[in-house]
Amino acid sequence: MAEPSHPGGRRPGWQALDRGQRARPWEWVAEQAIRVVSVTAIVLVFLIFVFVMREALPVLLGRVNSAAAQERRALPVEQMDRLDPEELRQYLELSRKEFAEMDRDTLRLLMEVKLEAAEEVPEDKDAPLNTAAWRYLLGPHQWTGYDRPAYIWQPVSSIHKYNIVPLIVGSLKTSVVALLFAVPLALAAALYVSQLAPPRLKEWVKPGIELLAGIPSVVLGFFGLVVLATFLQQVCGYASRLNAFVAGIALGLACIPVIFSIAEDALTSVPRSFSEAALALGSSRWQAAWQVVLPAAVPGVFAAIVLGFGRAVGETMVVLMASGNASLLTWSVFDSTRTMTATIAAELAETVFGGHHYRILFLLGALLFAVTFLSNLLGELVIQRLKRRLEGGR
Amino acid sequence: MTLHGRWEVGGGSRRGAAWSVLFTGATGLATALILAMLAVILVNVAWHGWPALSWRFVTAGTEADMFEVGKAGVFPMIFGTTARVILMTLFVIPVGVTTAIYLHEYAHTTSVLTRVIRTAVANLAGVPSIVFGLFGLGFFIHFLGDRLDLVLHPDNPKPIWGKPALLWASLTLAVMTLPVVIVATEEALRGLSPGLREASLALGATKLQTIWQIVLPNALPGILTGGILAVSRAAGEVAPLLFTGAAYYMAELPRSLTDQFMDLGYHVFVLSTQSPNLEQTRPILYGTVLVLLLLTFALNATAILVRARMRRRQRAAG
Repeated sequence: MAEPSHPGGRRPGWQALDRGQRARPWEWVAEQAIRVVSVTAIVLVFLIFVFVMREALPVLLGRVNSAAAQERRALPVEQMDRLDPEELRQYLELSRKEFAEMDRDTLRLLMEVKLEAAEEVPEDKDAPLNTAAWRYLLGPHQWTGYDRPAYIWQPVSSIHKYNIVPLIVGSLKTSVVALLFAVPLALAAALYVSQLAPPRLKEWVKPGIELLAGIPSVVLGFFGLVVLATFLQQVCGYASRLNAFVAGIALGLACIPVIFSIAEDALTSVPRSFSEAALALGSSRWQAAWQVVLPAAVPGVFAAIVLGFGRAVGETMVVLMASGNASLLTWSVFDSTRTMTATIAAELAETVFGGHHYRILFLLGALLFAVTFLSNLLGELVIQRLKRRLEGGR
Repeated sequence: MTLHGRWEVGGGSRRGAAWSVLFTGATGLATALILAMLAVILVNVAWHGWPALSWRFVTAGTEADMFEVGKAGVFPMIFGTTARVILMTLFVIPVGVTTAIYLHEYAHTTSVLTRVIRTAVANLAGVPSIVFGLFGLGFFIHFLGDRLDLVLHPDNPKPIWGKPALLWASLTLAVMTLPVVIVATEEALRGLSPGLREASLALGATKLQTIWQIVLPNALPGILTGGILAVSRAAGEVAPLLFTGAAYYMAELPRSLTDQFMDLGYHVFVLSTQSPNLEQTRPILYGTVLVLLLLTFALNATAILVRARMRRRQRAAG
C-alpha cells in the first residue's frame, strides 16, 4: 500500500491513523470497508424502489397495451417449427420453466388453443380498448354486459379489466377495521403498562405482547380463516363468512404489538418529572397519565397509529386468507374483499413475465411501497422530533 | 417511590377516585383483553394441534400424500424452513453487524450519511413483506439469475439460476431482516460501557483491535439476540417466498441452492386454502401450525431470555 504524502497535516479521512502509536494504513482500509458495507441499507432501499418501479414503469408511461383485440394475430399451428424457441415461448406466453418442461405435443396443443382463443376473441365493443391505460385503471367504465359504468378488477377474462380502485378500497377497508380494533386496545394497554401498572406486572405484559408480535402472520391468517371467521359469523350473523371485518380483526392482532410498543416507548420517554409535578400538585395517577403524560406524548401516539397503518396496509397473508378475495367495490365491511397485497400474492405466480398483468401487479407493489414508505417516513420524523423535544425540555 | 402506594388517593375528591378506578380498570382490561386473545390463539392451536403431533409427523412426509391424515408429515417443510433461515443468517449477520458497528463506533451521530443510513434502515423495516417478494423476483431472479444463466449456461434453455430457488428466497429474507439485526446489534453496542473501549485504547490497542477483541466479544449476546430475532421473524414469513422459492409440493428434499423447497409457513397457507376437505385435513393443518409456532416461539423465547440476562448484567455493571 502506497503511503500518501501529506507532509503538512493529514486529510480528515486519515484521522483514524492518529489513534495508534504510528500510522496504520490497515486501520484506514478497515474503516473504509466498514463504511462501504454500512451503506448497504441505503443501496437496498434504492434497489427495491428501482426494481419494483422498473417493472411498473411501462404502465405508468402508458407503453403497455392490454387490448384483447390484438390477440387476433394468432399463428397457424404449422408455423410452430419456423419460430425459434424464444419467440415461440413468448408467443405462447410461457415462463422459461414451463416452456422447458413441455414436450412438442403439448406445445402444439397450446398453439391450437391459442388459435381457437384468437377466433373466439369476442366481437366486443371493449376488445380494442387498452385496458392498462390510466383511464381504465382508475376510472369507471361501462363494460359490455354492465348496465352502468363500474370499477371492475377482472384480469383473467377475455377483456382484461384492470381497475385498481376496488383493490385500493379493499386495502383501506381492512386497514381501517384493523386500526379501529387495534388502536384503542393498544393505546389503553400502553398507557396502563407505562403509567399505571405495578412494575412487576409490566415484566409480564411486555414479553406477552412480544410473543403476540412473534406469531407469524400466516398463523394469524389461519386463525382468522379457521376460528375467527366462524365465531364472528355466529355472533354478528352476516352473510359472507370471509370478509373485510374478519380480515380486519385478524389484521388488528398483527398491528397491536406495533402500535403498543411505539406508543409505550413514547409514553415512557416522557420525563418522570412531568408526572411527578402533576402528582405533587395533587392530581391522581390517572389524571397525571391522561392530562399530563398523554398530551406530552401525543406525537408518539400519532406516529404509532401511522406506523400501525403502514403495517396493516402492507400485511399480506392475513388478508389473503381471511378476506374472501372477491374484488367487489362496496363500502360494507361485511362483504368479501380483495386487497392490493392479496391480489399480488394470489395472481403474480400465474402471470406472464413482462406481460401487462405482471406489470400492473408491480404497479400495485410500487403503490404499496410508496404508501408505506411515506407513512414510515412521517412516523419516524414525528418520533425523532418528539424525542428531541422531550430531551431538550428535561 | 415511597409515595407509590398512595398515589391513587391523590385525587382527593370521591369523584376523582371513582374516575381513577374506572380509568385504571378500563386500561387494565384492554391489556388483559390483548393477552387473552393471545392466550386463545395459543390454547386453540395447542389443543387441536397436540394430538396430531407424533414422531412420524415431524420426521416423515416426502413421499406420502400431504393431505392424508396419518400419512402426512412435515419433515420436508421443517428442512426447507431451516435451510432457508440458516442460509439467510449467513448473509444478514455480517452485513447487519458491520453496519451497526459503523453507526455506533465510527460514524458521527449527526453526519448526513449516518442520518440517511438510519432513515434507510427504518424504512426498510416498514416495507411490506410482499414488496420484498416482488423485489426478490425482479432483482434476484430476473436480473441476477437471468444474467447468471446467460454467463454460466449459455447453451442450456432451461433456466438454472433464473427461477425461484432456495438461494434467492434466503437472500430476499436477508434483505428483509437486515433492520432487525442492525437495531439489535446497535442496542448491544450502546449497552457496553465506554470505559471498556477507553481502557483498551489507553493500553495502546488500535480502534480495529478494540472493536474486534473487546467490543464484539462483549456485545456477542446482543448480536445473538438480533440474529435469533431475525431468524424467528424470517421463519414464519411467507409472503416474500411466494414467488422466490417456496414450492407447493416437492417429491424430494432440495439438494442445491438453486432448488425450490417446501416451507412450513407456506404449507400452513396451502393446507388452509387448497385442501380438498378442510374438515378432514384439519389435524394436519393444526399440527403444522403448532410445529411452526413452537419453532418461532422457541427462537423468540431464547432471544428474550438472552436479552433479559444481558440487560440485567448491564444494569449491574453500570
